[in-house]
Amino acid sequence: STSHNDDTNKTIRNTNNNGHTDDKNKKQPSLVRMRVLVPVKRVIDYAVKVRINKSARSGAGHVELNNVKMSMNPFCEIAVEEAVRLKDKKIAEEIVAVSVGPAACKDVLRTALAMGADRAVHVSTPEDLRTDYDLQPMSVAGFLYEVALKEEPDLVLMGKQAIDGDFGQTTGMLAGMLEWPQVTFAAKIDVHDDKSCTVERETDAGTETLHIPKLPAVISCDLRLNEPRYATLPNIMKAKKKKIDVIDVDSEGTSIRMDPMIEMVEIYEPESRKGGIMVDNVDELIEKLKNEAKVI
Amino acid sequence: MMSVRYVQRTAHKVIECNNTRKFSSLVDCGNFGFGKYLMRAFSSNGYSDPALHVESLRGLLSDGGKVITDITAIGAYNLDWMRQYKGSSEVLIQPRSTYEVSKILEYCNLNRLPIVPQSGNTGLVGGSIPISNEIILSMAKLDDVISFDSTNGILTCESGCILQDLDEYLSQYLYMMPYDIGAKGSCMIGGNVSTNAGGQHFYRFGSMHANILGMEVVLADGTVLDLLNRNRKDNTGYDLKHLFIGAEGTLGVITKINISCPRRPRAQNVALLGCDNYDAVQNILLLAKEELGEILSAFELMDQTVLNAVGRNIDIPVKFRDGQSFPFTILVETQGSNHEHDSRKIEELLEKGMESGDIVDGVLAQDRKQIGHMWEIRESCNPTMGSIGYTYKYDVSIPISDFHDIVLRMKDRLSHHSNIIVTSWGHVIDGNLHLNVTTPNVREKESDILGLIEPFIFETVVQRGGSISAEHGLGQSKNNYLKLMKDDASVSIMRKLKTEFDPNNILNPGKFLPAL
Repeated sequence: STSHNDDTNKTIRNTNNNGHTDDKNKKQPSLVRMRVLVPVKRVIDYAVKVRINKSARSGAGHVELNNVKMSMNPFCEIAVEEAVRLKDKKIAEEIVAVSVGPAACKDVLRTALAMGADRAVHVSTPEDLRTDYDLQPMSVAGFLYEVALKEEPDLVLMGKQAIDGDFGQTTGMLAGMLEWPQVTFAAKIDVHDDKSCTVERETDAGTETLHIPKLPAVISCDLRLNEPRYATLPNIMKAKKKKIDVIDVDSEGTSIRMDPMIEMVEIYEPESRKGGIMVDNVDELIEKLKNEAKVI
Repeated sequence: MMSVRYVQRTAHKVIECNNTRKFSSLVDCGNFGFGKYLMRAFSSNGYSDPALHVESLRGLLSDGGKVITDITAIGAYNLDWMRQYKGSSEVLIQPRSTYEVSKILEYCNLNRLPIVPQSGNTGLVGGSIPISNEIILSMAKLDDVISFDSTNGILTCESGCILQDLDEYLSQYLYMMPYDIGAKGSCMIGGNVSTNAGGQHFYRFGSMHANILGMEVVLADGTVLDLLNRNRKDNTGYDLKHLFIGAEGTLGVITKINISCPRRPRAQNVALLGCDNYDAVQNILLLAKEELGEILSAFELMDQTVLNAVGRNIDIPVKFRDGQSFPFTILVETQGSNHEHDSRKIEELLEKGMESGDIVDGVLAQDRKQIGHMWEIRESCNPTMGSIGYTYKYDVSIPISDFHDIVLRMKDRLSHHSNIIVTSWGHVIDGNLHLNVTTPNVREKESDILGLIEPFIFETVVQRGGSISAEHGLGQSKNNYLKLMKDDASVSIMRKLKTEFDPNNILNPGKFLPAL
């Protein structure tokens, strides 16, 4: 399988990039042994051309998901990859993937397991609640909070936002509920032996470096953090034997509110670009820029 | 030794070749030698000079078509994609309607003007490049999608529509094109039909002959032949459309097509598998057919040498050792209507393949991005080798069990040359091998290298009962080898058909059929 060019880990003094101890440099094994919780979401595949069904939801419209390819949210994939890299470096000992949604969520949990997560938790919600519109961040954060209380992770690594709802709120809400520090838009994560953590985060103006003095914490992952690995066949085979625990919200009941707090009023496609035209000479170009496009 | 009769026109001599080496030296006319021969042939055959007819041709275009004579503008149309064939056309015509095509052909037939119909210009046998100064008839502006019957999946479009555009158009109706080739971003359906293009989904959806329901063709004298049948089944008379499929523009110019399209699959899986010996590849092929059954849609092979080259530009997720690719890498694809059902089947295949040891390692795509990446690897094989140096391309059909052997024998024959790379890839499930010989940093054909490859490769293929051109066609690259594949009686009938359809030989002269 592939080897990854890993340059995120200069501050870990005791392991080299492949997670193997190297006697020549007299490195000791990492003292950190973490459990990492990685929430993953099943969304419309990022490469699919989105189509709107205008008449659905009494005219509000929705993205057509019938017969459409669904995959793991790209930012969640990056989070899983980062967790697996921590495990490769022997900083993480166990990776637990969790997904909140209907039965089909198992697909993305299996992908997470095939990438290297050790086990998974499926919070199974009713089929009629769409995870892009109906099941909103407050509810999802609530479920993740309950799972986190039970699993007691040292680190929650999650995608910065889902590409369907684009809310970007779950990280903050979860950190608030747990009362844990949070760092968002991580482009580089270093976990140190003393369980502190240095994170470089991307902002519009550039990169800023933050330090979390002591884990646990919630970190959301951005595009530049890593390039997710492919699921190799040996790992896919191994994943079949890994556990997926199901928490069935319908039958077990829950105190977490599931109804949406924000109403989706309308969804529509952007105006299609009009085709360009060929002009015969510069004068005609200037005339059109002046009188038609009105930009000069 | 094969006995071949090759007739050279200028000297009116019949040269009998009992020795195939002599045959190859006669046939190797090179780009410009043959061209010069034909320029004499064109004028001595009574062709007129296209340059003298520009205004008259322009006058025929009443629907917005253009006649272009600017040499720089025509340059791209005079050169093929692999930069191996260069024409010297001075007149480019781009009609916008069937009516204009009809008027042009009628005029050219009366005035004996030779024409090369050109579609997307992505062919690999120089079939759409002028040999001399023929008129280039570009079909690029006949690019309307006319209609789509979403109940029956029948698409009606003009022949200048780009394959990728058609596929995108169909995706909104949840349909797809029944064939797919690497050149999809540039190639046009007219050219695809005229070359009977195969591609990566040939196994699953069949050939053009199976999927083309009808067409509109303009004959050499300008007659518009309406063969636009929309019925799946129609047993009424000789099925003429099949003559034009694969005729490479020598019997008529296709202007419209009715094509039957399959539903877009709900579930698609792609895996890259690494094998370390060729027997394993054959085992996996059989296993795939057995385990995947009806959902198997593609099974492609790439050898170590080509993927090492591709791997310099694109990340290959399946590696053997020391950074090298596997001796054999397979791309297998499934398409079906039920995600769970298909996933179970492909996982069954992968598990069995790994248990037996035939699959050493592999990866399974988890989303469309990874699927796209895997196909990009496969589709990069051709352009990668083309970018490294001059590539001698051979697209052959041979028994699947012979693939590896033929590559080894070719490597052996060329082993004395230091600056040569032999690569192979192809639609192994169809028995179609793409064997390529590349000279790094050398951009011209070298006759000593060519002599080592041809006619050896063709002889070997014919000996094994294969085909010297599986899907790329004959064009001006392999037309003179036709007699290795078809007997005199067949070629004679082909010539009669050509004469019947195009008595003045204005449609793509000098191509497809062997020179007289």
